[in-house]
Amino acid sequence: MADASVSKSAVSIRDIFIEFLIIGVTSFGDVVPYLRAALVNKRCWVDDKEFLQMLSISQSLPGLNATNMAILVGEKLRGARGSVAAISGICLPGAVLMYMVAIFYHLHGDHPWTTAALKGVAAAAVGLILSTVVQLSKKSLAGKFDFIFMTLTVLAVNRLHQSVPRTLIGVGILAILFHWPGRARKASDIQ
Amino acid sequence: MNQISALARVFAYLSLLTVGGGMAAFPEMKILTVDVHKWLTFPQLIHLYSVGQMAPGPNMMMIVSVGEWAGGFLGALVTLVAFFAPTALLTFVVARLWKRLDQWRWRPSIQQGLAPVSIGLLLAGCFTMAKGAITGLDTATIAVGVLLILMQYKINPAFLVLAGAIVGVVSFAPK
Repeated sequence: MADASVSKSAVSIRDIFIEFLIIGVTSFGDVVPYLRAALVNKRCWVDDKEFLQMLSISQSLPGLNATNMAILVGEKLRGARGSVAAISGICLPGAVLMYMVAIFYHLHGDHPWTTAALKGVAAAAVGLILSTVVQLSKKSLAGKFDFIFMTLTVLAVNRLHQSVPRTLIGVGILAILFHWPGRARKASDIQ
Repeated sequence: MNQISALARVFAYLSLLTVGGGMAAFPEMKILTVDVHKWLTFPQLIHLYSVGQMAPGPNMMMIVSVGEWAGGFLGALVTLVAFFAPTALLTFVVARLWKRLDQWRWRPSIQQGLAPVSIGLLLAGCFTMAKGAITGLDTATIAVGVLLILMQYKINPAFLVLAGAIVGVVSFAPK
């Protein structure tokens, strides 16, 4: 696509690393809005249309949206080295923090105050995940068959104790075939 | 050294299960890290996952903690690379080979088909976690409270997880 905003050589590996490092420090919860603000609005490295195309590719492949987006944007700007710079930058802050958390938890995990706090944190996290389920369901489930596929997935994993890959392949293929291209074309204007 | 190669294998495998989000891999992560390799207990895994919700950046950085727990600094590093390299490579190769992937006629089908499955996996991961985290009426109240607040108000979820910690200390700490 025509992208007049920047020529490839204008963006240095260092700039890519630093921008993604900033996103890695400042983004909480859903990373996508932070990516859009930094990459589309602030840096103009990708335009809005390209951003949405990259996002839908990220969502169709395994991997977290945040890291897949880093790979795609890095690749677009500076090839393989750009991808490595972007994913390193976005992962580094959280990784360092969680490394320190692990050490702290090693030392003080048994303290009654820590246990009490973590009990509250874990319960809150369950509520947070449930809210993500509700939000995603409102946004991307269309029709009763999608609810059936969702329920099948939950039952397969939690009740029938099927492994995640087996469930993913079994129910996934069923659902993809159900949304075959002839049908998807009618729904494709949702995007 | 055995632990390190086991970490690499387990997290490279889990990497490929993160369809639609990291939580999709949680039930499998519980089985492999807790039941099979016994790197940590189920409550510890839940604690690390939950604290990870307060960390910035991609939301599965708690895997670094599991790696540290099982194999020190090297374990953390190997886990980080193992968890992100396979999907990163896959995305990179797909982007390279297939500049026009967004126009492939099956791509919308894949995206729409995977949506209910990935939400189902997220919910299944949530239920797995709830079995360990929701132990009574008190913890259930916190979870439902967070859910209702997030559905009603646009608020940074990290604050609510932090609030959960405060409520936890106030209500569960020995007096």
